[in-house]
Amino acid sequence: MSIARNAVHDYQDARTLTKPLTMSLIDLANPTKFLALTARVLPWLAAITAILLAIGLYQSATAPDDYQQGATVKIMFIHVPNAWLSMFVWGVMSAASLGTLVWRHPLADVAAKSAAPIGAAFTFLALVTGSLWGRPMWGTYWEWDARLTSVLILFLMYLGLMALWRAVEDPSRAARAAAVLTLVGAINLPIIKFSVDWWNTLHQPASVLRIGGSTLDRAFLIPLLVMAVAFTLLFLTLHLAAMRNEILRRRVRSLQMMQASHRAA
Amino acid sequence: MSLGPYASFIVTSYALVAIVVALLIGWIAIDYGSQTRRLRELDASGVTRRSGRSATELT
Repeated sequence: MSIARNAVHDYQDARTLTKPLTMSLIDLANPTKFLALTARVLPWLAAITAILLAIGLYQSATAPDDYQQGATVKIMFIHVPNAWLSMFVWGVMSAASLGTLVWRHPLADVAAKSAAPIGAAFTFLALVTGSLWGRPMWGTYWEWDARLTSVLILFLMYLGLMALWRAVEDPSRAARAAAVLTLVGAINLPIIKFSVDWWNTLHQPASVLRIGGSTLDRAFLIPLLVMAVAFTLLFLTLHLAAMRNEILRRRVRSLQMMQASHRAA
Repeated sequence: MSLGPYASFIVTSYALVAIVVALLIGWIAIDYGSQTRRLRELDASGVTRRSGRSATELT
């Protein structure tokens, strides 16, 4: 009896100790609690993003010309953050897809669905700004080399995923199908990253995130990193706002279904 | 600030990024307005959530 009582006490102690962590995770899994958190965080996140973007744009405008590329090096300050984000967003969607398939987290498919159009926009910008940088530097807007082609495939996969979400009416069925497609599509991320090493491409190899450190001069590296952080915060701001919209859209849908069933009864 | 002979490429790149980011922000803001309006309409028609709270109560 005493052993059983001790076991109960131990279990209760363990629950008390782990309660803050588990409760915070459960709180975040609750869409209503998530909306409350978003309402508090979004204004601050948006303000920090705007300030960092302003600093980054000022630094980009005042950065010196490159000895080879001249002023066109300024395109790098917007092209590279968009290219990084095109892959980062797919990474976020892949993690969310695991949340959908493995843990069935209530907000996982909301996160994945909301991120797709934002990721598509960043990928589109990476492709277009890269093309506009390529014309004066390479003499061509487009080349079917490994890096450019794999990023184009990533863009098409974003569009396919958005189409899939629209095609399936039931959100839970759409979520599972989209999660599988997202995880299969994640194979493209290392192909994009290492395409410049594996194949002979027109695109330059990595010059910031590489073993041995960055090859960029501080005059270019600092504005680039500021812009990268600013764009990442921009993504987080837009993603949180889009997730809030998706939760509200699902609330509207369930209320409309309740209304329809009441009318039918 | 001189942008040299390729100024049009640089300006077009920055302008495109500004336009697409503005479109994203606008789309999300309009979507938020649309969802909250639909929730207000449902609330006005007397539909309440299973928790008993108002449809427009966001938190």
